[in-house]
Amino acid sequence: MTELLSLKGLTKAYPGVVANDDVTLSIGKGEVHALLGENGAGKSTLVKMIYGLVKPDSGEMTFDGEVFLPPEPRAARAAGVGMVFQHFSLFDALSVAENIALGMEDAPKMNTLSERISEVSDTYGLPLSPDRIVGDLSAGERQRVEIIRCLLQAPRLLIMDEPTSVLTPQEVDILFETLRKLRGEGTSILYISHKLEEIRALCDAATILRLGKVVGTCIPRDTTARDMAEMMVGKVLTTPKRSGVSLGEVVLELDGLSLPSPSAFGMPLRDVSFALQKGEILGIGGVAGNGQDELLAALSGEMRAPAGMLRFKGQSIGGDGPVRRRQMGVLAAPEERLGHAAAPDMSLTENAMLTGAVREGLEQNGFLNWPAARGFAQTIIEAFDVRTPGPANAARSLSGGNLQKFVIGREVLQRPEVLVVNQPTWGVDASAAAAIRQALLDLAEAGAAVVVISQDLDELMEISDRFAALNEGRLSAPRPTEGLTVEQIGLMMGGAHGMEVAHV
Amino acid sequence: MDLSAINPILLVAALMSAATPILLAATGELVVERAGVLNLGVEGMMIIGAICGFAIAVETGSPTIGFVAAAVGGALLSLLFAFLTQITLANQVASGLALTLFGLGLSALLGQGYVGIKPPRMPDINFGPLADIPVLGPILFSHDPILYVGLLIVAVVWAVLKFTRVGLVLRAVGENHDAAHALGYKVVRIRTLAIMFGGACAGMGGAYISLIRVPQWTEGMTAGVGWIALALVVFASWKPWRVLLGAYLFGGITQLQLNLQGAGVAIPVEYLAMSPYVITIVVLVILSADKSAAPGSLGRTFHASS
Repeated sequence: MTELLSLKGLTKAYPGVVANDDVTLSIGKGEVHALLGENGAGKSTLVKMIYGLVKPDSGEMTFDGEVFLPPEPRAARAAGVGMVFQHFSLFDALSVAENIALGMEDAPKMNTLSERISEVSDTYGLPLSPDRIVGDLSAGERQRVEIIRCLLQAPRLLIMDEPTSVLTPQEVDILFETLRKLRGEGTSILYISHKLEEIRALCDAATILRLGKVVGTCIPRDTTARDMAEMMVGKVLTTPKRSGVSLGEVVLELDGLSLPSPSAFGMPLRDVSFALQKGEILGIGGVAGNGQDELLAALSGEMRAPAGMLRFKGQSIGGDGPVRRRQMGVLAAPEERLGHAAAPDMSLTENAMLTGAVREGLEQNGFLNWPAARGFAQTIIEAFDVRTPGPANAARSLSGGNLQKFVIGREVLQRPEVLVVNQPTWGVDASAAAAIRQALLDLAEAGAAVVVISQDLDELMEISDRFAALNEGRLSAPRPTEGLTVEQIGLMMGGAHGMEVAHV
Repeated sequence: MDLSAINPILLVAALMSAATPILLAATGELVVERAGVLNLGVEGMMIIGAICGFAIAVETGSPTIGFVAAAVGGALLSLLFAFLTQITLANQVASGLALTLFGLGLSALLGQGYVGIKPPRMPDINFGPLADIPVLGPILFSHDPILYVGLLIVAVVWAVLKFTRVGLVLRAVGENHDAAHALGYKVVRIRTLAIMFGGACAGMGGAYISLIRVPQWTEGMTAGVGWIALALVVFASWKPWRVLLGAYLFGGITQLQLNLQGAGVAIPVEYLAMSPYVITIVVLVILSADKSAAPGSLGRTFHASS
């Protein structure tokens, strides 16, 4: 196989951290090459250098035999590099065609472009209407916009950054069909992911990064997922375990909960019902943007619900705000760490005070007991192994994984009767994720009821007793996780959303 | 009370002239806000335009050169805002308010020698026989050139935003600056140019007041027109033709209430004087009830590293 892109000794340092240290890798023509690594391993920095968004400090790149150092994305695109971003680089208020035109060098007239979009979307089985406003599209459809934007420029190297994190299993299968078609046409693909089974199914070769360095390469087909995971993490992983306590009485009951979304491009909740028992973990899966944030807001009390739709131990709590619910024992930890779960510029002590005041007795007659709050923050830091110099540090200064441990620990240590968490291990390294999962399991074992909303299906399968999926604001009926197949889960999540297999 | 004294044809002709300063300033601000920047310094840029235009017109004897100078003056002042918000990443609201206060003070200083002087008059365009058409003639063909320039700017801004790539990139930067940056567009450069365009338009709007509407210089003579222009952009849902509608509505009611005062209508003068503000806001609030939202990145600070 001839070589298309080769990187030699690429190094990029930011103040205080070396993001990439002497990285060398090579991608052949028509090869699907996986770039594996945990969050913070330097994958994003590496592809940003290839795409011209970041300049390397040293090292060299060659593309098709010629020296390649794109000063800006425009130059990279001109050379034949296309990129599908992890956090979509789309404009909500603009139409599909306008979004695609913005990513092209010399975009044709709008109606010609619309025709070409329909053509390409037909060929590769990615149905998309050029006139729709992007803000109204589902996450899977948004990704199609990005992919088609790249395909229209006939790229020779396609970079995909975590493309499947927003797709249902059926959509993933169809995406892989499309990618295999592209490989057949000679397009090389650099595929970034930490989902090992996907890499084993799709990729020809893999390079594993840890803390900015290449720590190994492998042929994914011939390597077990466990071996790859250990190369990625650098130590042997322990899987969380539970003792399997019997479930108690029903504590939280949702009965036909329907609420409009507070944001313009949000998803309303439609007739959501479930009953949660003491000691149970209910996993709620689903593609992002199908009502997860709204469900968390409805359960935490940020959004009030009409009387009767939401009951805690038989008592209607729909009209109560977060503080009242916390008093009763219904606690929540939202997805967004900085800005929602924690105030970025406040210290850990202050952040501990913010949600702990009611249940930990940190407040008396309107006066705040700071020494007690500091003690509470210190307890969280110790119990959850939060790496920080001390509780006086600002929440912003912690790494994502450490702050997540703090945010989850803060709720767990308040002895909740019901705990609702959204994406508890998002962007957290594997060992911290395992610790958080274990804490949730321990909490359930001690008799609390836990709702885990997550997009990580493996996580949900690992810790939850029952599984349900959100799709367009509707919740499927919860089913026991034991014996649930990937196919069944996919169907609960809404199946293929009208995608079809590419017919080239 | 004698309502027959109000001539509807003259009223319409006068409202177009009364609306032009707001129209110019609001159209400029519309472009700035579509690029994602909230510049509250419109009032300051207008008054700087008013004094620059006035002073240069008096010194050179040419109102046309005066208007060019007004546009340059407004754009230069807006560069200060661009420097603060785009380079040093200062807060846009605070910088805009500071710009207004600075502009008001600086214009008073610059204008000290010009109080009580009469500027050269800008002649109306001679449309020949067109001006003699009944009704349409006095309404459409009896104005100074800047009024037509104002209308042209609205049309051009509308067409550029809707049909051209430049307009698309500008809207994209205003909608999501991080995504625009990821695609390789120069967010800071595009925004700086938009801010300068807004400054030039506001400057011309100010000069229209000091050279044509009230041909003289007095301190603080823009009297809050810049703030009306700012409100107009929001209530017009960031759409150029609605800005035109709002500006003409405001100008029209201003003229009408003056005429009504002249005709001796039995309504207290204070109510008449506030009516343009109230009615314009009510109408535009009703119009803006549809779901056209503000640019996604409006007022947010952009930093390339994040």
